Amino acid sequence: MYVAVKGGERAIDNAHRLLAEERRGDPDVPELSLAQIEQQLALAVDRVMTEGSLHDRELAALAVKQARGDLIEAIFLLRAFRTTLPRLGVSLPLDTAAMVVHRRVSAIFKDVPGGQILGPTFDYTHRLLDFELAAPGSLVTPPAGVENGGEGEGGTAPLPRVMDLLDREGLIESEPPSEPGAQVGDLTREPLTFPARRDVRLQNLARGDEGFLLAMGYATQRGYGRNHPFAGEIRHGEVTVSLAPEEFGFAIEIATISVTECQMVNQFKGSATIPAQFTRGYGLVFGGAERKAMAMALVDRALRVRELGEEPTSPTQDEEFVLSHSDSVEASGFVQHLKLPHYVDFQSELVLVRDLRAAHGTRAASAAPGGR
Amino acid sequence: MTTRYNFAYLDEQTKRMIRRAVLKAVAVPGYQVPFGSREMPLSYGWGTGGVQVTASVIGPDDVLKVIDQGADDTTNAVSIRQFFARTTGVATTTRTEAATLIQTRHRIPETPLCEGQILVLQVPIPEPLRWLEPREAETRKMHALEEYGVMHVRLYEDITRHGKVAQTYEYPVIVDGRYLMRPSPIPKFDNPKLDRSPALLLFGAGREKRIYAVPPWTRVRSLDFDDHPFEVEHWDRACDLCGARGAFLDELIVDDKGGRLFICSDTDYCARRRPAGERMPGA
Repeated sequence: MYVAVKGGERAIDNAHRLLAEERRGDPDVPELSLAQIEQQLALAVDRVMTEGSLHDRELAALAVKQARGDLIEAIFLLRAFRTTLPRLGVSLPLDTAAMVVHRRVSAIFKDVPGGQILGPTFDYTHRLLDFELAAPGSLVTPPAGVENGGEGEGGTAPLPRVMDLLDREGLIESEPPSEPGAQVGDLTREPLTFPARRDVRLQNLARGDEGFLLAMGYATQRGYGRNHPFAGEIRHGEVTVSLAPEEFGFAIEIATISVTECQMVNQFKGSATIPAQFTRGYGLVFGGAERKAMAMALVDRALRVRELGEEPTSPTQDEEFVLSHSDSVEASGFVQHLKLPHYVDFQSELVLVRDLRAAHGTRAASAAPGGR
Repeated sequence: MTTRYNFAYLDEQTKRMIRRAVLKAVAVPGYQVPFGSREMPLSYGWGTGGVQVTASVIGPDDVLKVIDQGADDTTNAVSIRQFFARTTGVATTTRTEAATLIQTRHRIPETPLCEGQILVLQVPIPEPLRWLEPREAETRKMHALEEYGVMHVRLYEDITRHGKVAQTYEYPVIVDGRYLMRPSPIPKFDNPKLDRSPALLLFGAGREKRIYAVPPWTRVRSLDFDDHPFEVEHWDRACDLCGARGAFLDELIVDDKGGRLFICSDTDYCARRRPAGERMPGA
């Protein structure tokens, strides 16, 4: 009987105990350590950090463990922790041109200064289950003929961004110069309003659900807001985070973080005021969440219709549609809240449907032959 | 109470930000004030807006009551009450008249509220025009221009199709003769309790990041037509436990032969009308 859901104090306690038990699983199997998760499920940790908006590998690993591998739940855990943290300052913009690169590919030029660096990627693996991996202790063969795991010139001199090379020729739109002293928006402090500024939009997309962005980006490729994309450059590596406290008057390096950046180049036929040129879509994520970075760049470009004077034709170009539904924590909560009791509203609906059916019966009876 | 969190969980700056939104909401009755809703340690849809409003107005001397579907003992009500008991140490109660602060989901208590009380309602979708126009940029304009014709048309269409308005909960109201407001999904049965309520009514929508309010003694009119006046649902029977008539009844299915029990959804109201010693079924 549903009323049994009432009187829930003990039920809640017991649910939590059951959950802890399920999380642990068979006690004969050794427990996962955070280091194992962080090292061996690194891409799960990267996704949780990216969508959780908090760069902390250890806490993200803890969230993955606590959430039993449910990454959206892990993202929620990390977000709820992040929200309690004080804001000490705003870092300087990351300089991704100065990145210590582990991977860098451009799909628009056969070769670029600094070369193409394949790095660790699933791209050319044959997706055959590796049964040797099933047994622990399999040996890892180090890459041949390279130092520090990188290929080509990776990890040494800074590599110029491919987009900057295009920019010199004026073929691609310039990044709008940042206004000096302008504050960067923060969705976690101020509610999203429409029309949204691009900084806020990119923050929304960076926090957005990978699956959602993937589907939206994919839809643009299939004609729902097509924007003719080319992967101008994807680079993955370490960048330095710097802070310039006012009282210091100079910047100090506070951290090195791992990021993946994707710059899409998109065709633009020009408008009355702008000659034909290429436009940009931008994606940036923590760690190696490359799929997400690419999807983000596609969606970012799709959402620039208004700014570029294009005709919006699809939901992927509708900023309210995309930005209001991208967040997995919001979406997961609202979808799942349907399991909370709704019996008051449902009772009201029962009363109404019974009334309407009774009225319908009366009308049908009076309309029947011989009824009047 | 040893806790590493601030009183009522939220930091004081966040509370101040929320109180500013609440004050604005009180100053402009029925207007949805955007606020910097925080990510809470409970899921969106579970009452994060209500919890943030409660956390920002609760003080050590408050007495808190939390209900869900009118009941003090539903799991979510228990969970939210525990959250505040743990983070504030305030006294909690199930008695409506003993509470200074009541957080609720989907109901307004049957026991009339009184001056000095605050009722905090959890809101899933604050925008009354949402099903008619999904775009926030548009609906904000419609509110600014008091352009509410579409809602009247929608109600009128119900009447032509069904002979009556087929809206049973979150029935739209006009607050203080100005703003169209969606009462959090309370049944329309509770709408009359909004009108000139002696208590302050605060509405919090966490996921949608909006707060709105009905200050005490404010006129709240449920939309209707002269020839189709607003009416609330009624039951042709009394509560099977306490015999109350004119209270909102929940329907329980008690066996597989269509057996039904109708009982008050307000557990506090119902329990205190019953002779001592009787208990809820299933409790």
